[in-house]
Amino acid sequence: VGLHSLSMSKFTLILTSLNLQVLDKCKIFSSVSLLVFITFSVRSQDIRNTVGNIPMEWYKDYPHIGYDLDGKKLFKPIRNKDELDEFLDKMENPDYWRTVQDKMTGADIRLSDEQVDLVHRLQQGKFGDVNFNEYEPAIDFFSNEVMIHPVTNRPQDKRSFIPSLIEKEKVGKLVHAIKMGWIKPRRPKETTPQYYDLWAKEDPNSILGRHKMHVPAPKMKLPGHEESYNPPPEYLMSEEERLAWEQQDPEDRKLSFLPQKFACLRAVPAYSRFIHERFERCLDLYLCPRQRKMRVNVNPEDLIPKLPKPKDLQPFPTTQSLVYRGHSSLVRSISVSPSGQWLVSGSDDCTVRFWEVSTARCLKTVEVGGAVKGVAWNPNPSICLVAVSYDDTVVLLNPGLGDRLVCTASDQLISSYEEPEEVKDQLVQWAVAEGEGHEQGHRLILKHPKAVRQVTWHGKGDYLACVMPDNGSSLQVVIHQVSKRRTQNPFRKNKGLVQCVSFHPIRPYFFVATQRYVRVYNLIKQELTKKLMANCKWISSMAIHPGGDNVICGSYDCRLAWFDLDLSTKPYKVLRHHKKALRSVAYHRHYPLFASGSDDGSVIVCHGMVYNDLLQNPLIVPVKVLKGHTITHDLGVLDVTFHPTQPWVFSSGSDGTVRLFT
Amino acid sequence: MGGLQKKKYESGSATNYISRNKARKKLSLSLADFRRLCILKGIYPHEPKHKKKVNKGSTAPRTFYLLKDIRFLLHEPIVGKFREYKIFVRKLRKAYGKAEWSGVQRMKENKPAYKLDHIIKERYPTFIDAVRDVDDALSMCFLFSTFARTGKCHVQTIQLCRRLGVEWMNYIITSRSLRKVFLSIKGIYYQAEVLGQTITWIIPYQFAHDHPTDVDYRVMATFTELYTTLLGFVNFRLYQTLNLVYPPKLDGQGEFSLKSECEEDYALESESYSEKLAALSASLARTVPSVEDEEAELDHFPAEGVKKKKKNLEQNKQKKLFEGLKFFLNREVPRESLAFVIRCFGGEVSWDKSLCIGSTYDETDETITHHIVDRPTIDKQYINRYYIQPQWVYDCVNGKILLPVEEYFLGVTLPPHLSPFVEESEGDYVPPEKLKLLALQKGEKPPEEDEEEEEEEEDDEDDEEEDDQSEDEDEAEDEASLAEMEEKRAQGKSLSVKVTPGKVKPENRMRTEQEEKAEEKRLAIMMMKKREKYLYDKIMFGKKRHVREANKLAAKRKAHDDANKPDKKKKKKKC
Repeated sequence: VGLHSLSMSKFTLILTSLNLQVLDKCKIFSSVSLLVFITFSVRSQDIRNTVGNIPMEWYKDYPHIGYDLDGKKLFKPIRNKDELDEFLDKMENPDYWRTVQDKMTGADIRLSDEQVDLVHRLQQGKFGDVNFNEYEPAIDFFSNEVMIHPVTNRPQDKRSFIPSLIEKEKVGKLVHAIKMGWIKPRRPKETTPQYYDLWAKEDPNSILGRHKMHVPAPKMKLPGHEESYNPPPEYLMSEEERLAWEQQDPEDRKLSFLPQKFACLRAVPAYSRFIHERFERCLDLYLCPRQRKMRVNVNPEDLIPKLPKPKDLQPFPTTQSLVYRGHSSLVRSISVSPSGQWLVSGSDDCTVRFWEVSTARCLKTVEVGGAVKGVAWNPNPSICLVAVSYDDTVVLLNPGLGDRLVCTASDQLISSYEEPEEVKDQLVQWAVAEGEGHEQGHRLILKHPKAVRQVTWHGKGDYLACVMPDNGSSLQVVIHQVSKRRTQNPFRKNKGLVQCVSFHPIRPYFFVATQRYVRVYNLIKQELTKKLMANCKWISSMAIHPGGDNVICGSYDCRLAWFDLDLSTKPYKVLRHHKKALRSVAYHRHYPLFASGSDDGSVIVCHGMVYNDLLQNPLIVPVKVLKGHTITHDLGVLDVTFHPTQPWVFSSGSDGTVRLFT
Repeated sequence: MGGLQKKKYESGSATNYISRNKARKKLSLSLADFRRLCILKGIYPHEPKHKKKVNKGSTAPRTFYLLKDIRFLLHEPIVGKFREYKIFVRKLRKAYGKAEWSGVQRMKENKPAYKLDHIIKERYPTFIDAVRDVDDALSMCFLFSTFARTGKCHVQTIQLCRRLGVEWMNYIITSRSLRKVFLSIKGIYYQAEVLGQTITWIIPYQFAHDHPTDVDYRVMATFTELYTTLLGFVNFRLYQTLNLVYPPKLDGQGEFSLKSECEEDYALESESYSEKLAALSASLARTVPSVEDEEAELDHFPAEGVKKKKKNLEQNKQKKLFEGLKFFLNREVPRESLAFVIRCFGGEVSWDKSLCIGSTYDETDETITHHIVDRPTIDKQYINRYYIQPQWVYDCVNGKILLPVEEYFLGVTLPPHLSPFVEESEGDYVPPEKLKLLALQKGEKPPEEDEEEEEEEEDDEDDEEEDDQSEDEDEAEDEASLAEMEEKRAQGKSLSVKVTPGKVKPENRMRTEQEEKAEEKRLAIMMMKKREKYLYDKIMFGKKRHVREANKLAAKRKAHDDANKPDKKKKKKKC
C-alpha cells in the first residue's frame, strides 16, 4: 500500500475509503475504534482490489478477497497466526502498535511516521496538512472606501435617463383633478369634540323596550356630620372606638374613614383614598348586579294581631295574693278539694301538706316514705280521699278535713269492703293501713311493681289511674277501682313511653299521652278512637277541657298545643309563649281559662273560649303573665291547678312554695 | 293531552339571562372590549330572582346579564370601531417593526376615532334624564381636571375635563342654582338644583394626587370618555336655556377691564382666555342682551298653597344672599371654591393680582366688606371690613342667612361645620349647633340659657325612652317590693305585731293606663304568627338600634360639654 502525505486541499478527490481496522493490539488505538479513511493515489491502484467500496465481510467465506485489474482472483494472504503467535508478535514486534490490517488486501501494513502523525492530527480535529494555516488574515473585498473603479462594469439602463411616461400620465391626471377642484388639500383634523343640541328633537316616547327592565343606579350617599372637616365633638371617635375601627375589616366598617377635626381649613390635607372611592363607584356602576328590591314598609303596629282586650275577658287571676310556705323542697304536685276549701301539696321532702286555701295555714302534715310525685284529690264531693303516690306506692289518705259526715262516710266506704269469694291474682297489692299510719290518715296502700309518677281520678271518684312510665313495657298504666279494690291493666301493649293519662270528664274515654302522640281510647268498646299528633318533641303534660272536645298539651320544647277533637288530629293552634319547657297545663272547671306553668318561672293564663256553635273555632287570647316563683335548679313552676269555683290559679314551684293568684 | 316532555332550563328565567363569558363569546369581543362596551352603553349585570334556576341548578357564583341587553349590543356600530382600532394597532405595530416611518405617520393621521353622541342620545332620550345622571360625570371630570398633565391619561382628556368643569361652574354661577356646600375631609361637596333636579358633586382639595397602584385607569378613562361627551352636550343645552354663548365667552365690557398688564405673566397667549374663564370672576356673554335679572313672576295657584310660595320666596332670598357684599380673598384660602360660592350668591370677589389672573379690585379697595383670611393673625388690617375665616361663607350658604361674624374672626375657635345634607327626622339626634341655627333662621336670638334648657329637654326624652325599656325591670321591682313586704310580714309574726297608719298610695292614673296598654301589647305580640313576629322583631331591632345610636351621641356630647364647662366659665370670668 502506497500512502501519500497529501495536502488536505487535495483531499477532495473522490475518496475510496479503505477501512483500516486498527488492530486492537495497537496501543494507541486500543481504546478508540475508528475508521480512518486513507486515500490512495491513482498510481497505487494497480495493486488494488477492484471490488470497490463494499463490506469486506461478504468475502468472509471465500478463499479470495477480490479481483485484480485483470479480473483474476486475489487470494487472501495465508494467515496462520494463532493466539499465541499474536501474543508473541505483540510482545516482540516493536512496530506492532502501528501495524494495521488492510481489509481490501488482507495484508498487514506498517504505518509510516507521517501516517501516524496524520492519524494523530485527525484525531485531535486538526487539519491533516501541517502547513495549512486556518487563521490567515481576512481581506475585505468590499469596503467603505469608494474606489475609483466600479465593482461591476455594467452600463446604466436607458430608462434611467429618460423621464417615465406612466408617471407623467399620473401627474397629469392629478394636476387635472386639482385644476378641476376634484382634489382638495386635507382638512386639518378636529381635536376638540364638537357639541351641539343633542336633544333638539327629543321624543319621550322613544324610550326603548329594554328600559322597562332598567334599574337606574342609586346615587351616592350624601355625607353626614361626621365627614365634616370640623365636626361636632360627639362625632369624633374616642380612643377605644378608634382602635376597634382599626381592627375591623375594611368591609365591616360602618364608616370608611376616621372622622377628624381640623382647626382651620388651611390644615386640611388631601384625602388619600379619593381616587379609590371614585374608582369603586365606577366599578359599582358597571360590575355590580342590580336588582329591584321591594322594601317592606310596614308599620310594625299593624303586624300585631287585633285581639279582644283582656279587660273585657275578665275574670281571670291577676295578682299574687297568697303564698303557702312550709315545704323545704320542690313541690311536685298540688290538688284542690272539690269544695275548694282545701289544698293538698306533695313535695320532695317526703311530706304531704294540707292547707286551708283562704288563710294559707298548713292544717296537717303527713309524712310518707318517699318523695311525693303526685297528689290527687278525689273529685267526688261526697268522698274525702286523697291519692298520693311516692316511689312504687300509692296511698289513699283521708285527711279528715271538712264535713265530718263526709269523712266518716268515706272511712266507712273503705271499711265496708268485703272480700269476694274467689280471690284473683292482682297486679297490685292492696293493703289496709293500720296502727300509726291509720291515725295519720292512711287508709289503703297499693304497692305497685314500678315507680308511680302520676295518679288521676275519674270524675265519679271510683276509678283511679296510675302511670308507671317504662319504655316498651306492657304495664305502664293501671286503673284501680277503689270500691271493689280491683286493679286492671287496660292495655295489652303500650306504644312508647307514657307521659300522662287522663279520663274524659263525661264520656267513657281515656287519654294516654306518650312522647309525641296523644291516643284516645274508648273504654267501653275497647278500641283506639283517635291519635293526636302534637307536633312537638316531648309532651310533658295534658289537660282536657271540661266540655271534653278540646285538649291542651304542654311540651318540653316550649310549646303548648291546643287540639280541637272535632276539627283535626293536628293542633288547632300552637302557642310558643314560654321561653322554657312547660311543666304543666290546666283548664278551669267553669271559666273559659287555661293556664300553663313553665321552667321560666311564669304562669301564663289564657282565655280559651269554646263555643257551642260547631262552626266557630275556639278563641284563644293570652290575658296575663303571672310571675312569682323563683327559679331554683333551673326549674320554675312545676304544677298549676285552678280553683274549682273561683277564677283563681294555684301554682307550685321548685322554690318550695305554693302560690295563689287571684 | 300529553305532548312532548318539557325539558329543564329551556324556558323561563334560565333563557332570559346569560352569563358574562357567554355574552362575551356571543359578541366575539375580548374582555377589555366587552368591558368598554358595557361601560359606554350602560349595560350592567342583573341579579336574577332565582339564581339557581338561572344558573341551571348550579350554585357557582356567576354574574348574569339580561339576554335582551346583550342582543341589543349586537347591533352597536361602535363594536365595528373597536375592531377597526384593533386592526389599526396591529398595523401600526407592524409598521414600527419594519421601521416604515412614513407609514407610521400616515396611519397615525388616520387613526380611527369614534363618537359617542348616539349612545348619549340613546341612553338619555330626554334632556332631563341626562341632567339627572350628571352627578357622577361631574365628580369624575373634576377629579380628572386636577390630575397632573403627565402620566395617567392623555393631556387632551385633562384639558377637556377642565374646560367642561369651568363651563359647568360658570353656568351654575349665572343661573345661581347652587344650594348647599359642605367642606368634608374628602373634598368639597356642592349641591345645585338644575331644572328641578338636585345634583351633587365633589371636588377634591387642590393637592397633587398620590396615584394608587391598585386602580385600573383604563376603566376610569373609559368612564371619563363617556362623561365628557355627556357633560359637553348637557352644558351646551344648559347654556342655550340661559341664552348664553357656547363655548362661553366673557362679557364684552368685562373683557376690556380685565386686560391688565400682568396677563402674560400667567399663561400663554393661547391659554389666557380659558384661564380667565376659569377665574370665575367675570360674567358671560349672552346671545340676547340680558335684561337685568328680571325674573318672570311665576303664576301661583291657590291649590299649591302658601307653603310653596314661601319656599320660593326663601329660595329667591338665598340666591341674593351675598348681594352687595364685596369679598377679598387672601392668598392662603381655596380661591376657586370661594370665588365660585360667593359669585353663586351674588357677591363680588377679588384676590391679589399676583395670585391668579382675573382679579377685579385691589386689597386697598375701601368698599370691601369682608376679607377672608385663614391664618391666625394678619399684620395690616383695614378698619371698615370684617376679617373672617372661610368657613363663614360656607355656613352662611347652608344656613341661608348671613350668620353673625363674631364666631368666625381670626384666631377664634370655629364652631363645628355641619353637613347640610342631613335632614333629621323624628327621633334622630340633632346636634345643638343645628338647633341654634334653626332658631337663628326663625329669627330668634337664642340667649345662652336656652342651650341648657334644650339639653334638659333632651334628658327628659332620654328618660322616657328608658321608661319604655325598663318596664320589665319595673315589674321585677314590684316583685322585689312584694317579697320584701312578705319578709316583713314573716318577721312581724315572730316579733311584735304592729299596725302603722297606712299611706295612701298616690295612684298615677296615666301611668297605670300606660302600663296596661304596654302589657296588652306584649300579650298580643305573644299571639303573633311566627313570620310576622320575625319581621316585627327585625323592625323593632332596627328602631332600637337607631335610638341607641342617638342616645350614645347625646351622651358623648354631654360628657364633652361637662368636661369643657369649667374652662368656659373660667374664660368668662377672665373676660
